[in-house]
Amino acid sequence: MGIIDMTVNLGGLEMRNPVAVASGTFGYGREYQNYLDISKIGAVIVKGTTLEERYGNQPPRIYETPAGMLNAIGLENPGIEVFLNQYLPSLMEDGVTVVANIAGNSVDEYALITRRIDNNPGIAAIELNISCPNVKQGGMQFGTDPELVRTVVEAVKSETVLPVIPKLSPNVTDIVSIAKAAREGGADALSMINTLMGMAIDVERRRPVLGNIFGGLSGPAIKPVALRMIYQVYKEVDLPILGGGGITSTRDALEFILAGASAVSVGTGNFVHPCLAEDIARGLENYVGEQGLSNIDELVGAAVL
Amino acid sequence: MPVCMKGTVISNRKVGRELWEMEFAAPEIASAARPGQFVHIRAGDDHDPLLRRPLSLYDVDVYSGLITLLYRIVGRGTQLLSRYTVDQPLDVMGPLGRGFNLVQDKRVLLVGGGVGIAPLLFLARELQPLNRQVTVLHGAGNSQEICSRVRFSRLGISCLAATMDGSQGFKGLVTDLLEKTIDPADIDYVYTCGPNPMMAAVAGFAARHGLAGELSLEEYMACGVGACLGCAQKLKESDPSYVKICQDGPVFPLPVSNGNGPDFSAT
Repeated sequence: MGIIDMTVNLGGLEMRNPVAVASGTFGYGREYQNYLDISKIGAVIVKGTTLEERYGNQPPRIYETPAGMLNAIGLENPGIEVFLNQYLPSLMEDGVTVVANIAGNSVDEYALITRRIDNNPGIAAIELNISCPNVKQGGMQFGTDPELVRTVVEAVKSETVLPVIPKLSPNVTDIVSIAKAAREGGADALSMINTLMGMAIDVERRRPVLGNIFGGLSGPAIKPVALRMIYQVYKEVDLPILGGGGITSTRDALEFILAGASAVSVGTGNFVHPCLAEDIARGLENYVGEQGLSNIDELVGAAVL
Repeated sequence: MPVCMKGTVISNRKVGRELWEMEFAAPEIASAARPGQFVHIRAGDDHDPLLRRPLSLYDVDVYSGLITLLYRIVGRGTQLLSRYTVDQPLDVMGPLGRGFNLVQDKRVLLVGGGVGIAPLLFLARELQPLNRQVTVLHGAGNSQEICSRVRFSRLGISCLAATMDGSQGFKGLVTDLLEKTIDPADIDYVYTCGPNPMMAAVAGFAARHGLAGELSLEEYMACGVGACLGCAQKLKESDPSYVKICQDGPVFPLPVSNGNGPDFSAT
């Protein structure tokens, strides 16, 4: 058995292992510093950040559902300047692979935020949030129309040399056409999937549970949908995929890789097991070793017929 | 510093109507724990329920490394928790959140409603040696829901009960007991935990009599560490920003008027 190399190059994003933590589930990294060495995570995709501070949606913002949860946070974040000036320096010092997740109200705003972070050495890549289901503007509206997807990706690409990774919404009829539009716009990789729009009803109050009425469903419940979409896109679109949606084990991660993901992201699972990303990275390395392989690439898309 | 670890269940028993007490060993958590903080517990190891359950620290013994929880069975998570047996490992994170400030040389009043009495026992244990007087009021539906009096009396503190059906102590709301029996001139500081309407009434009592105090809030929670921003609440209606119950709280100073529920600052 030769030397195992677990590093992944995801469209220019250098990851020390194939497991990232998903935006919105890991804060700005420091929230989990007591529980694991976050510099060992493949990539820390930080909380979706906008040009200006946002306060988020009125509570209740989350609700547990069978094998999953609904959230309608509404992009609460301190704004790009606070992130860059107050949170990023210590992440850089610790050698964390940071991926910025950005959202805007308009194509211009996406471009403005990108310009602001382009030359920052602490950021390894940009994940483009065009799929947040919980805000009126700056979310899913950009991710459900192929033409808008192409436009916003193009605008962001023209402002940066960093790898640009649009995060796709599953709330579409034809995910392949969206993925193709992202590629035409110049995307370096694809992140998929964001949450599925859903809701819960409070029978006693005869009202929707969430303050925002609708929310995004995440967790193991959505894993089959995520796998299906990644499988479809892998077959049709020549871009590396960061795959996620309900991953809670090494075996789940392997399913995503076999369906076509070059790397995976752990999201809701972080809430249950703070060290999940670390555990899965180790599990994947063990698996690669046991199978007599030298890297994870050999497994990517291996189940795709 | 909080940790995520496997504790060991020492005992788990029913102590009242839908009320259970679980004792588990978790020395790393016990040694860092402060009254008002919570632990985040994984009940079972399946996908349903998926998320951890935040439970306040009912009692902590630093020397033996033991933590006691008082919980009410309200859903699948707590139902599963009640099936844990002696020596079973317990997946637990903590201690989390910001707890109560421990005042000194004061006459303090603790008002708990239902299972909201839980954090007040650990609080009373820590306050007792520091203060001139500790008074505890506990409201519940009936005597089957009052299970903490022996624990308070072991601390040398008498716990006055109020039950809706009059099966123990005062008949009626604990806040009526408060208004009828507590002379505000005898109190310097108030702590409360329980249903929002009860805390609103206690906060009103404090505000009317110019008493400082603290309350412990609750909200659906996912991560427990301030990452997901799920457990947001407003402390003041006029405030545009939200606090995170898990990280900024669960304990907050009075007055609080969170805009979503009852107004805790009303006089």
